[in-house]
Amino acid sequence: MTVLAVVEHDRGIITTASFGVLTAARNLAKQMGAKFEALTIGANADALSEVISKYGASTIHQAHHQALIDFGPEAWGESIAQVVRKTSPQVVISSGTERGHEIIAQAAARLDLPAAMNCLEFDKDFNGTQPLKVVRARWGGSLMEESQIDAPIKLVTLANHIVEPQEELSTAPATVLAIDVDLDDSVTQSFVQDRVERVAGVTLATSPVVVSGGRGVGSAEAFAPLEELAGLLNGVVGCSRAVTNNGWRNHTDQVGQTGTRIAPDIYIACGISGAIQHWVGAMASKNILAINIDAQANIVTKAGYAVIGDLHVVVPAISAEIRRRRNL
Amino acid sequence: MNILVCVKRVPAPGARINITSDGQQVDTAFLGFTVSPHEECAVEQAVQLVEKHGGEVTVLTLGPAEAQEQLRTAVSTGAVKAVLVPIDTTDWDPQRTAQAIATVITELEATNGKYDLILFGNESADSCGYQVGIRAALKLDRPIVNGAKGLDIENSVAVIRRESDAGVEIYKLKTPACVGVKEGINLPRYPTMKGRLASKKVEITQSTASGEVGGLKLIMLRRPPERASNTKILGNGPEAASAVVDLLEELGVFK
Ligand SMILES: Cc1cc2nc3c(=O)[nH]c(=O)nc-3n(C[C@H](O)[C@H](O)[C@H](O)COP(=O)(O)OP(=O)(O)OC[C@H]3O[C@@H](n4cnc5c(N)ncnc54)[C@H](O)[C@@H]3O)c2cc1C
Ligand SMILES: Nc1ncnc2c1ncn2[C@@H]1O[C@H](COP(=O)(O)O)[C@@H](O)[C@H]1O
Repeated sequence: MTVLAVVEHDRGIITTASFGVLTAARNLAKQMGAKFEALTIGANADALSEVISKYGASTIHQAHHQALIDFGPEAWGESIAQVVRKTSPQVVISSGTERGHEIIAQAAARLDLPAAMNCLEFDKDFNGTQPLKVVRARWGGSLMEESQIDAPIKLVTLANHIVEPQEELSTAPATVLAIDVDLDDSVTQSFVQDRVERVAGVTLATSPVVVSGGRGVGSAEAFAPLEELAGLLNGVVGCSRAVTNNGWRNHTDQVGQTGTRIAPDIYIACGISGAIQHWVGAMASKNILAINIDAQANIVTKAGYAVIGDLHVVVPAISAEIRRRRNL
Repeated sequence: MNILVCVKRVPAPGARINITSDGQQVDTAFLGFTVSPHEECAVEQAVQLVEKHGGEVTVLTLGPAEAQEQLRTAVSTGAVKAVLVPIDTTDWDPQRTAQAIATVITELEATNGKYDLILFGNESADSCGYQVGIRAALKLDRPIVNGAKGLDIENSVAVIRRESDAGVEIYKLKTPACVGVKEGINLPRYPTMKGRLASKKVEITQSTASGEVGGLKLIMLRRPPERASNTKILGNGPEAASAVVDLLEELGVFK
C-alpha cells in the first residue's frame, strides 16, 4: 500500500503548501501501515529529492519529459495519471492551491476517479481498503462537508495551512526513480507561454495591517481617509465585494471567498457588514476592529474590537490622534 | 464566434449559512439565489468577446426548474440562448454533473456547430469542487486552463492571462477550447432595460441528460466551529480615537 504526495513547485522551487502535503501524506501512510512516496514533475524539480527525503518519503518518482520544463495543467495532470496507473497508490494527495486543485482534477478526469478538494481531515480509522471519509471545505471555508470517496484510488487536495509541516526525525535517503512520461500534443498546449515576474513588495495577502472599506464608505473618493490611515500604519487598503462591484476599487483589493484570504496582525473593517463570504477571507486575522454605525452588524458581533460610529468621522479622528501622538 | 457559459444556481447566504436538520443541504427558506461571482464574470467576458468579434452567447445550467431564474439573469446581461438541464435533486456529484453537461453540449453542437469557447467558473460557490469544467473539457476533447484573469481571442487562439505567486502567466489555446474564469477578470454589467425584456421573452431549451453517479458521496454538511467573541466596544464616534490608538500601540503596530 502507498500514499503518493504530488509535490507542487514552481520552476524547481518547492511551494510552502507542499511541506504540509508531505507531512500529511507521511502521517496518513503511517496510520495505514503503507509506504509514503512522492512525485515531482519535470527535470527542474529533480533537485528537490533532498528536501523531500527529509520528510520521510521512501521513494521519489521523478516524471520527465521535455514538455515539463514549466507548468502546464494538462501535461502535469497526465503525468500524475501515468504514474498512478503504474504505481497504483491507495491515496494521492496534493496541495489545496490553484495549481494543486487543477492538477488533481486533471489527473482525476483522466483516470475517471473521484476527487475531493480542500480536505481538512481524513478518517482516523482509514486503513487503505475501505472508502475514505474526509471533511472538506465548501463555500470557501464557510461550511464543512463530510463525505466519502468510494474508489480504489483516492485523489485529494489538502486545504492550505491545515497541517503544520514537520520533517521526519530519522530518515534514510529516498530511492529516486526517474520515469519518462508519454505526452502528446493534446496535453502540451496548455502550457505557460510567457511570464511577467511579480515585483516584490507588501501585498494585501502579506501585509500585517489592512484597513478595509465596504459599501458604507460610499464612493471611490471617500477611500482617501482609509488610504491615509493605512499609510500611517504602514499597511494596505482592502475592500468588500460591494466596493469592487461598484467599481470603487480594483478586484485585487477584495477580501473574501472570491477575493484574497488575509491573516494580518490587525484588520480594520470600516463600513463592512461582515457577510459570511467576506468573513471567511478575514477571519484568520489576529485582531479585528470593526468601525460601523450599526452595533448589531455581523462584523461588530464577531470582531474582537469595535467602534460604533460614522467611519467618515471616526477614521480621520484616528489618523489625527496618531499624528498628534507621534508628532507628525 | 459562439460561446457557451456554464453557470450553477446556488443560495446567497448573508451573515451565516444554516443547514437543514437532516444535514444534507443549506437551509434556503429565507434565502435568495445567485451564481458564483466567477460565473457572473464568465458570462460578462463572453458577452464582451461577442461584442468585439461577433457571434452569440448561450448559457447552460444543470439544476432544478427554478434555475431558469439564473439563466434569465444571464440573458438580461447579454446572453441570447439558454439551456436548462433539469435534475430533481439539489445537487449532482462532480463526475455526474460533468458527464451530463458534456453530453448536452455534444447534442447542442450536433445541430449548432462547435462552440469556439466554453467557459466555466474556476470553482462553484457552494460545493467548491474545482473540477466540473476540467472533467467536461476532457470528455469534449478540448484543452482547458483554469484561473483566467484575462481572456481574449486572437486568430482563433484563446489568449489567457493568469496570476500566480510568481507573476502573470500567459497561456494560448487553439479554439475550440475551454476556460475556467475567475472574478476580477472584468466588472459585470447591470441588466439593461432591453436585456430585462429579452430575459422575460427568451425561450429556455430543456435538455435532459443522465450521468452515472460518481464516487464522491456527501454524508452531511456542518458548520465550522464558531470563534467565541466578546466584542470590546472601544467607544462611540470620534471620541473612540484615543482608545483605538491605545490598542494599536498595545498590539505593536508602530514597532
Ligand atoms: C458566492 C459569493 C461570493 C462572495 N465573495 C465575496 C468576497 O470575496 N468578498 C466580499 O466582501 N463579499 C463577497 N460576497 C458578497 C457578500 O455576500 C456581501 O454582499 C458583501 O460582502 C457586502 O459588502 P459590504 O459589507 O461592504 O456591504 P453591506 O452588506 O451593504 O454593508 C455595509 C455596512 O456598512 C455600514 N455603514 C454604512 N454607512 C456607514 C458609515 N457611514 N459608517 C460606518 N458604517 C457604515 C452598514 O451598517 C453595514 O454594516 C460574495 C457573495 C457570494 C454569493
Ligand atoms: N450544476 C451545474 N450547472 C452548470 N455548470 C456547473 C454546474 N456545476 C458546476 N458547473 C460549472 O463548473 C464550474 C466548476 O464547478 P465545481 O467543480 O463544482 O467547482 C462552475 O464554476 C460552473 O461553471
